[in-house]
Amino acid sequence: MLARLIEESGIATVLVTMMPDLAEKFRPARVVGVEFPFGHAFGMVDDQAMQRTVAEAAVRLLSEATEPESRLDVDLEWPIDQRTAYRDWQPAEASPIVAHNIRRRQELEARRAAAN
Amino acid sequence: MAVDSFKYLPRSFRAGFEGMAVQEETTVWSPLAVPIEQATVALLTSAGLYLKESQPPFDVERERQEPTWGDPTYRVIPRTVRQEEVSAEHLHLNTRDFHIDFNVALPIRAFGQLEADGAIGGLADEHYGFMGFQDHALEGWREHAAPEVARRLKDAGVHALVLAPA
Repeated sequence: MLARLIEESGIATVLVTMMPDLAEKFRPARVVGVEFPFGHAFGMVDDQAMQRTVAEAAVRLLSEATEPESRLDVDLEWPIDQRTAYRDWQPAEASPIVAHNIRRRQELEARRAAAN
Repeated sequence: MAVDSFKYLPRSFRAGFEGMAVQEETTVWSPLAVPIEQATVALLTSAGLYLKESQPPFDVERERQEPTWGDPTYRVIPRTVRQEEVSAEHLHLNTRDFHIDFNVALPIRAFGQLEADGAIGGLADEHYGFMGFQDHALEGWREHAAPEVARRLKDAGVHALVLAPA
């Protein structure tokens, strides 16, 4: 969304994202995909080589892409097992919208149970 | 390697995102106006980063009261920022690592190296911190934040923006 608005203003943009398939549904100009946990688009803490590799991919796409919806996936694997990485990116407590939706579902189920 | 876009997403979200229809009818495109070796590059993150001594945090208290609302404002982060000056507010992520090395979300260090190596023309003096959870209308970004940032980028002579959704 932001990328489209900035691109429309005449400035070249590149998105670096953990969910390139989702980003493509918004038809951005340029997308770099990374298979990293959320919050870590450029890699691991203090891993300068990893962060630079992702930055170089963004620069490469800015330099070489010639048409919209260009995509480049970075060939790097997260060096921590998936279960641990999944747990680590999550907030300590459910976000307000997730908690709100859980409450709504529970209320709906309670009403259904009362009606039966 | 083809990235698995949903590897770290909660399973309950995956089907909805995978099955989502294309959201835009048209593409957007602005060619890079100069060769990359001459281009000034700015960075933008939606990880909720801000300068803890001089800027207000993102308004997560209102979000707690209004769960469908997200703070649509942004913070300007100078390229000279030091790690100890940075904090983060984001209720949808664990922000711990941003307090250790904010470059995982806003890679000023890596792009500074690319500038020094001549791979880009220059790294802009200012970069941008957003908080990525927004309601579906995105009015705050559309009406205020995006036009303001676009104007700032143009005034600063920036040719390219690297955006990193958190």
